[in-house]
Amino acid sequence: MEKSLLSGIARWIHGEISTLTGSPLLSDLVLIVIGIAALLGIISLAAIVFTYAERKVCAFMQMRLGPNRVGGRFGLLQPVADMLKLMSKEDIMPAGADKVLWALSPALLFVPAALVYAFFPFDAGAVLVDVNVGVFLLLAISSQAVLPFLMGGYASNNKYSMIGGFRIVSQMISYEAPLLFSLLGILMITGSMRLEDIVLAQQGGHWFLFLQPLAFIIFLISAIAETNRTPFDLVEGESEIIAGPFTEYSGMRWALFFLAEYANLLTAAILATTFFLGGYLGPSFLPGFVWFTLKSVAMVFLIMWFRWTFPRTRVDQMLSFSWKALLPLAILNVFLTGAIMYALDLV
Amino acid sequence: MKRTETYLLNMGPQHPSTHGVLQVKLTLDGERIQRAEPVLGYLHRGIEKLLESRTYVQGLPYTDRLDYISSMNNNFGFARAVEELARLEVPRRAEFIRVIMAELNRINSHLIGIGTLANDLGASTGMLCCFRDREYILDIFNEVCGARQTFHYIRIGGVSGEFTDKARALTESFLARVPRFLAEYDKLLTGNEIFRRRIVGISPMTPEEALALNMTGPNLRATGVARDLRKIDAYSVYGEFDFDIPVGTHGDNWDRYIVKLREIKESARIIRQALDKMPEGAIMAKVPRVLKPPAGEVYSRTEGTRGELGFYLVSDGTPKPYRVHIRRPSFVNMQGLDLMCRGMLIGDSVSAYSSIDPIMGEVDC
Repeated sequence: MEKSLLSGIARWIHGEISTLTGSPLLSDLVLIVIGIAALLGIISLAAIVFTYAERKVCAFMQMRLGPNRVGGRFGLLQPVADMLKLMSKEDIMPAGADKVLWALSPALLFVPAALVYAFFPFDAGAVLVDVNVGVFLLLAISSQAVLPFLMGGYASNNKYSMIGGFRIVSQMISYEAPLLFSLLGILMITGSMRLEDIVLAQQGGHWFLFLQPLAFIIFLISAIAETNRTPFDLVEGESEIIAGPFTEYSGMRWALFFLAEYANLLTAAILATTFFLGGYLGPSFLPGFVWFTLKSVAMVFLIMWFRWTFPRTRVDQMLSFSWKALLPLAILNVFLTGAIMYALDLV
Repeated sequence: MKRTETYLLNMGPQHPSTHGVLQVKLTLDGERIQRAEPVLGYLHRGIEKLLESRTYVQGLPYTDRLDYISSMNNNFGFARAVEELARLEVPRRAEFIRVIMAELNRINSHLIGIGTLANDLGASTGMLCCFRDREYILDIFNEVCGARQTFHYIRIGGVSGEFTDKARALTESFLARVPRFLAEYDKLLTGNEIFRRRIVGISPMTPEEALALNMTGPNLRATGVARDLRKIDAYSVYGEFDFDIPVGTHGDNWDRYIVKLREIKESARIIRQALDKMPEGAIMAKVPRVLKPPAGEVYSRTEGTRGELGFYLVSDGTPKPYRVHIRRPSFVNMQGLDLMCRGMLIGDSVSAYSSIDPIMGEVDC
């Protein structure tokens, strides 16, 4: 395993606890708990930073000032104020709601959103769960997010929620396919499903962004669709179906949806960084995780940029775009990659 | 056996995109609309009756509240009706100021129409661009009458305040902005593939259908009928200006959008000419303190921002009108909603609402 600041810290903690308790099992456990806490911290931090960033980016795009009252001239305490507002809000359950499903939906949505963070290589060797089928597990877990959305939509006893629930099923299933196929080319080149191997295959500036530009575009579009952001925010298309599955939620339950949404946004950015932008690799004057953060934040900004520039697509356009344009292109990309690899004798 | 059922979706009166308090009962087959039934009356204030219980002069401010986006045009319409009834002669300078104000208000209203269409399609940045440019018009209104909404500026017999040099300078600088911001919309909205696909061919209407439903204004012109009262009646001083009537071909949401954009250009042309030709003189006719129009009736129509705005007044010789009826273009245009929504998807229904561009204050009156 390569040396990096984060993995060094982890090894140091592991060593200290082993010498203190003499039990490697216990120190493994402690390390995992610390890792989980750190990942949850990252997600919460991302949600806090992104709510603020989204407002400021949106304001910048729309020639406005954005938050500028709470916490000084730049409204730095706006996320705190938002959080307090959400926590102090009344928790309303609609009459006729399916109580169990309704309460489970936001929690279940957050689980897959947070779970996938275990596989991300934040730095060399800094992976909580280092598995050799990382890509497969990642996609398998993230596709579980369909169910809680549908549950929330169904359980709310509201037609808008129900329509939103239907939309999300069709949308997420449709864009899963091109997402997966866009990554196949990379898997063929690296020959490994381990995320760190994929990062290391991009050493020396051979980012897959340059090797697989078509795949990058398909991946980006599909990832935006998977995170339900404009131009694919039909699920919560405000002007049509108010807030889709979230319509009836309030207070902290709604905040969980919100948290999951921003966790998914960061996931999309991290995936793009890992697969196409060389992950934590970068000139050595900055530590790996700084490069990783910078690239991810740049991707988040790009996705926010899309959101505040584009209108929303329509249901039929969204579906036909996936099946008739993205999927064939993604499969074509796989064939092209295979053909070139065969021609260059890399197989 | 598989069986599907249609279901009813209540859109509004509290809904992000029903523009105020419009309620639409949608009968849906999945996402497809089978029937759209607008339910009106949530903003009904009885303005016609209010006008009947007040003198003509007192009644004028109520017209501000009809179509609150285009108050100037409403003032203009009502003032013209009363002037015709009382046979008042309006000074020429006042007529020019009125035309400038009416056209500025038309641009203002169309900007909001375009902006809300963009917002309803999810492009909120487009809306904010329109609202930014609208500010410059409000500055002009603020300069001439001190209000940014409900102006009560065009009065019976003239206008209430002088069109100052500062107002002229503000208007000049706004006119210079028009081509710039139109180019910006072309980049942000008109040229955007997603935006095009959302409105091209959606909710089409033939000229026959539009005429049968008595639609007027940009909604009618989008179908290809060049009916504009500013040309047909050439009321006020409109006959002295050179301008075109933009028309569409398919009467779909795209045409309604493009017609509005082009009407902004034409209105800017009218304002340019009016500024150049504006004579000096009085801005207010001699109006008797107690206005008692002779007994009789009048139907006076003007081209409001949303179509034919007509005021039907009956006078019995007293200071108060005996009967007032207002032909509100938004209300009449609303009839087209069902036709426009049929067979479309839920996502299209919102673009249909915003391309009809109804203002609930006028629909419910």
